[in-house]
Amino acid sequence: MQVFRLQMLRFAGQEPEAMFVLISPRAGVNLQWKIGQRLGMGRAMIQRRDFLRKTVKAGLGAGLGSVFRWEPVEAGPSRRGVVVKAQDARLRRGRSLDTDRLGDLLDAAMQQLFDVDSADEAWKKVVRPGEVIGLKVNCIAGKGNATTLELVELVAERLQRAGIRAKDIIIWDRLNRDLENAGYRIRYRGNRVRCFGNDAAGYDNRLFTYGSAGSLVTRVLTEMCDGFINLPVLKDHGIVGVTLALKNLFGAIHNPNKYHINVGDPYVADVFMFPPIRKKHRLTICDGTIGQYEGGPSYIRRWFWYPNMLLVATDPVALDRIGWDLIEEKRKQEKLPSLKEDEREPRYIFTAADRNHRLGIADIERIRVLNVKM
Amino acid sequence: MTLNRRTFLRMAATAPAFSLAGPAVSLVDAAGKEDRFVREARYYKKLPYKKIRCDLCPRECEIDDRERGYCGARENREGIYYTLVYSRPCTAHVDPIEKKPFFHFLPGTLAFSIATAGCNVNCKFCQNWEISQVRPEQVRSYYMPPSQVAAMANDYHCSCIAYTYSEPVIFYEYMYDTALAGHKRGVASVVVTGGYIKEEPLRDLCKVVDAIKVDLKAFSEKYYREIVNGELKPVLDGLVTIRKEEVWEEIVYLVVPTLNDSDREFRELARWIRTYLGPDVPIHFSRFYPQYLLKNLPPTPVKTLERAKEICDAEGLHFVYIGNVPGHPAESTYCPKCDKKVVDRVGYTIRAIHLQDGKCKFCGYPIPGIWSKKLI
Repeated sequence: MQVFRLQMLRFAGQEPEAMFVLISPRAGVNLQWKIGQRLGMGRAMIQRRDFLRKTVKAGLGAGLGSVFRWEPVEAGPSRRGVVVKAQDARLRRGRSLDTDRLGDLLDAAMQQLFDVDSADEAWKKVVRPGEVIGLKVNCIAGKGNATTLELVELVAERLQRAGIRAKDIIIWDRLNRDLENAGYRIRYRGNRVRCFGNDAAGYDNRLFTYGSAGSLVTRVLTEMCDGFINLPVLKDHGIVGVTLALKNLFGAIHNPNKYHINVGDPYVADVFMFPPIRKKHRLTICDGTIGQYEGGPSYIRRWFWYPNMLLVATDPVALDRIGWDLIEEKRKQEKLPSLKEDEREPRYIFTAADRNHRLGIADIERIRVLNVKM
Repeated sequence: MTLNRRTFLRMAATAPAFSLAGPAVSLVDAAGKEDRFVREARYYKKLPYKKIRCDLCPRECEIDDRERGYCGARENREGIYYTLVYSRPCTAHVDPIEKKPFFHFLPGTLAFSIATAGCNVNCKFCQNWEISQVRPEQVRSYYMPPSQVAAMANDYHCSCIAYTYSEPVIFYEYMYDTALAGHKRGVASVVVTGGYIKEEPLRDLCKVVDAIKVDLKAFSEKYYREIVNGELKPVLDGLVTIRKEEVWEEIVYLVVPTLNDSDREFRELARWIRTYLGPDVPIHFSRFYPQYLLKNLPPTPVKTLERAKEICDAEGLHFVYIGNVPGHPAESTYCPKCDKKVVDRVGYTIRAIHLQDGKCKFCGYPIPGIWSKKLI
């Protein structure tokens, strides 16, 4: 069987996604393919299906029933299918958060995920000194149901210990207004941690496309950051089922309103495939110190709870799968119908794991959950 | 009637002059003054927990507090639904009415054309995606209340105000009030839409506008689902509603190679139009050019458009045009009885009109359309 490998190459001064090399070991074919110009797909990442179709049309069909292996460039450490579930029943006294305990919980989770002796060592596997790192928070629901400020401060502090300068940390979400409503202070410049919305940063004028999605991406990702840490909240979503690691990146594009149809499938997965998102994603820390199991993404007190946990993973799909299960579990406890019964099962999580996306592992049997209990 | 030299020169001079000078003509940059564009929306229902359901288009978005609908131009704020684009056009031009295209509505006149950001579908071939697929705050806009639009249309000698470029359904309230303001000044209103709108707002709209051109994207639900992100059925229902409301309507069908260009689809479309709308509704088969998310297809071959016309002619439609092919003979209007050319067009230019009181000058056959200004 003839084996072709479709491999992405980096060229100096060029977007890495702009070129692929088709390598046929048997025939020794080495065909450079300028996706943008030849196929007229802009800066799109070519889909496996599209690639096959176009290759057949180009008369290179011999032996194409064979195996293709697509090897995306991995940024940062890979822990596919591993999710740390870190819990601390005493994280709160009443409603107020014990920041020291939260810091300990975060450190323990990071150590566990990267299997190292100290949290600092773990963070050094996520970032390199001198990089600019974004922190994608989720603030749409306002104070009370946004990424906890204390958690974000702890992450920023740990990053600084790993060699990232304060001014090279950018806390960001869609709008300045959303950030402010959630208690964040807007700061564009200076030597302290910066914080602003896409409305202030603007969008890159290139149209990124993948599958069914086509969007402009925030300049925070395309121009400012070398990598980002994703900080969603453990939340139900009234249209797409849940909003966790994958869906949080709707906050990086200019047209999220277009992608809630069909329960977000395949749009949530497609958007995450945009190169500035997929390649710059380093880590997701899902804020489960708070949670919304029904009525999300808004804050509705009746269905709000304190799970007192963090979910940490480099695999956004596996994290979403585990987060989804947690929400389902809570819904069951509260005698609410499952998301499937409610016709909003987040199928996009499985799409994100399929052969066209390969963003992580969605098969619950293949996900390894590492429990941390404080 | 032949276009006289003075009118031609005036049209030629005015259109580009306004387009270029647009932002400088008493328009104020909208940045930083958001509140004046915010008006409570007309068609929505309040739901528990500050949610709302939009009843403007068939999508019926259910929207949480602080979220927006699919169109991106409407937002739920504390359980009240608002349009964010009232008096907020992001573009304004003076165009020939033929550019819309309207071929049976005041030919040879000018249309004061406006659009706001946003759209309730997401066509993969959209040529205006930079305004239709963005949110209002993501493009430069201007403050132009309805009365100002009407006044400017008058000042620029426009016979009508055209709501076009993006999707006027999503700036419904602004369009509605502008149409009323225009009528007060003797300026008509024409709508260029995808027709994806619910019946009640459409019926209300028909009471205040003079003509509607519907972009019928295809004649299959599959195409609407996959290429448009919409549905065909509500659009067809809307076409029938417009007909019943006796508002002048024309149809444009963008022919996209391999996706909606089969003989069968053309034939089914022609039969449906003949049955439900009648043979006198003009249909324009328009040429596709690669755009936005559909860059991997070639432009439509002219032969395909001619095949579509042949099929529709054979099915008994009276006014079948070919668009986006300047100089093609099928840009002109021919009398269905004597087959003589009654409106002679080249591109957007009218060379001659051989009509008298809406009838063919040669044989007296009535040609349907709005040929002289008479507001509803």
